[in-house]
Amino acid sequence: MNSNTDVSTASIECPVGSHRNARGARIAVVGAGPAGLYAVESLLEAAPDFRIDVFDRFPTPYGLVRYGVAPDNQKMKSVTRVLCKPFENETPVRFIGNVCFGVDVKRVDILKLYDAVIYATGAQAERRLGIAGEDLPGSYGAKEFVEWYNGHPDAAHRNFLLDKRHAAVIGAGNVALDVARMLVRSSEEIASTDVPDRVLTAFRSNQITDVHLIARRGPAQAKFTPVELRGLSDLLNADIIVRPEEMLLSESDEIRIGANRELRTNIARLREWAERPLQGKERRLHIRFLRSPVRILGEKHVEGIVLEGNEQLPGGHFRGTGNFETLKVDMIFRAVGYRSLRLPDVPFDEARSIIPNDQGRVLGENGQLTDKEYVTGWAKRGPSGTIGTNRSDSAETVCALLADLAARKVCNGSGPEQILILLGDRGINYTNWADWLRLDDYETRLGHKQGRPRVKIPDLHSMLEFSRSAVASALPD
Amino acid sequence: MTHVITQACIDCIHRSCVKECPVDCIYEGARALYIQPDECIDCSACVPACPEDAIYHEQDLPEPLQGHLEDNKNFFAQTLPGKSTPLQSPGGAKRIGRFGVDTPLVASYPCRQAKT
Repeated sequence: MNSNTDVSTASIECPVGSHRNARGARIAVVGAGPAGLYAVESLLEAAPDFRIDVFDRFPTPYGLVRYGVAPDNQKMKSVTRVLCKPFENETPVRFIGNVCFGVDVKRVDILKLYDAVIYATGAQAERRLGIAGEDLPGSYGAKEFVEWYNGHPDAAHRNFLLDKRHAAVIGAGNVALDVARMLVRSSEEIASTDVPDRVLTAFRSNQITDVHLIARRGPAQAKFTPVELRGLSDLLNADIIVRPEEMLLSESDEIRIGANRELRTNIARLREWAERPLQGKERRLHIRFLRSPVRILGEKHVEGIVLEGNEQLPGGHFRGTGNFETLKVDMIFRAVGYRSLRLPDVPFDEARSIIPNDQGRVLGENGQLTDKEYVTGWAKRGPSGTIGTNRSDSAETVCALLADLAARKVCNGSGPEQILILLGDRGINYTNWADWLRLDDYETRLGHKQGRPRVKIPDLHSMLEFSRSAVASALPD
Repeated sequence: MTHVITQACIDCIHRSCVKECPVDCIYEGARALYIQPDECIDCSACVPACPEDAIYHEQDLPEPLQGHLEDNKNFFAQTLPGKSTPLQSPGGAKRIGRFGVDTPLVASYPCRQAKT
């Protein structure tokens, strides 16, 4: 099912002390999401004397754990209690937030001040459908919606009115499921999460009745993990509708299912839903298989979507049947995959949308190894896998880094203050870990007042304000 | 909710799940691994990582393996033979290393030759 855990883990054991020629090396990690922070964990374990600076665009750490994992999955978000560890106690790790790589600090600055850099910048864009009507008002990238409900600073001024009744979500991955599930959640369910106040208000007047999740291929090819699919079974306010006639499995599907327990679990769950009578709940989530979006309809706003049926050929491929249907929907969310963008001055493989690399060592445009540049996470392998995948992925990158450093002299030329002086000279309002803890504390206290785990502050200006001590101590009524 | 390691792990201990677990909540006994139920964040990363297919979400646990749900909990909640206190929730398996003892259920299984 989620066969994305293709990072070989068997050989990743870095002997402690293998870096002894590189004592006190200075390492920059760009991006404080899971990939970056697991890299820090690996570095600290093998080389506790390294001095590590972790940069992030925002004053907040945790990347997609904060801004991607759905708000109704607080348990998954609790991975932060592990990710925060490198910054606790007396470790030589610093968080330098609100610093944009390529803008506030350039690649050339980093290469001058550090012995090595690890890019852990993730994926900043998403794929498009490439069909007519895609840019009509009412047609959104899932990322826009996910960022909005997760309080991402880029979405602070975006608004989703949720005043429409019918929506289609295109895609068969975990992001598609997250979006569909959030859309049909009751306002009580949303009210137990950490969404920003403005988002909760929008969900309180959510008019949605029907959400259609559209998967191009069959149930055996869907990319959702069993844990995500299972998450649908406890929806308070929505029936799940699966059409028995779309639960078609080919002979080759049956063989794959026989060999893959996770896939079996998913199919069994979908079949159960296909057979279950409706419970008459207020909202309905229709899971549709073997349907490709062909065209989005509408003059000034999305009014519908045309789907073409697909069938599986004996070789396992899918092709259109020439049978079309039109769904009347007022909102469309495209969830067909994230992709990374080129970082300023850093090598990039446009075709694969990753930073080209060999086991985490960044390769130049001609395939030659670059000096002291490494990559991990989605920017390294593409947008696949779960949070845990990054742990072994980052271990592999760090292993390569340590082996390289052991073989060359590190300069230690720059003092730890130099990067801060550089940022200060450029007028960058950078933040540190203590600033984040103040914002964290503020958001948590705000949440507890409402009986919620946290209430996120989405706009950068307020985030910075509450990161500073004096303002954060006061809580509004 | 949690995940549960079942009998297929016994005398195998491949440990590939340990490397995938984002919260390092998979602990090593003597002959098997155990998931700390309070530390598990339910992400399922361990399930496809196991070459023996030994790991289940508790809701997907087949009837014959149900005993392992309680047994995984017991590994942490009970004082095991030769130990003075229960392991409880240490907050990370790496620091603990090999605990060196199993629950009565796992210990009761006849030894099989370790797979390589």
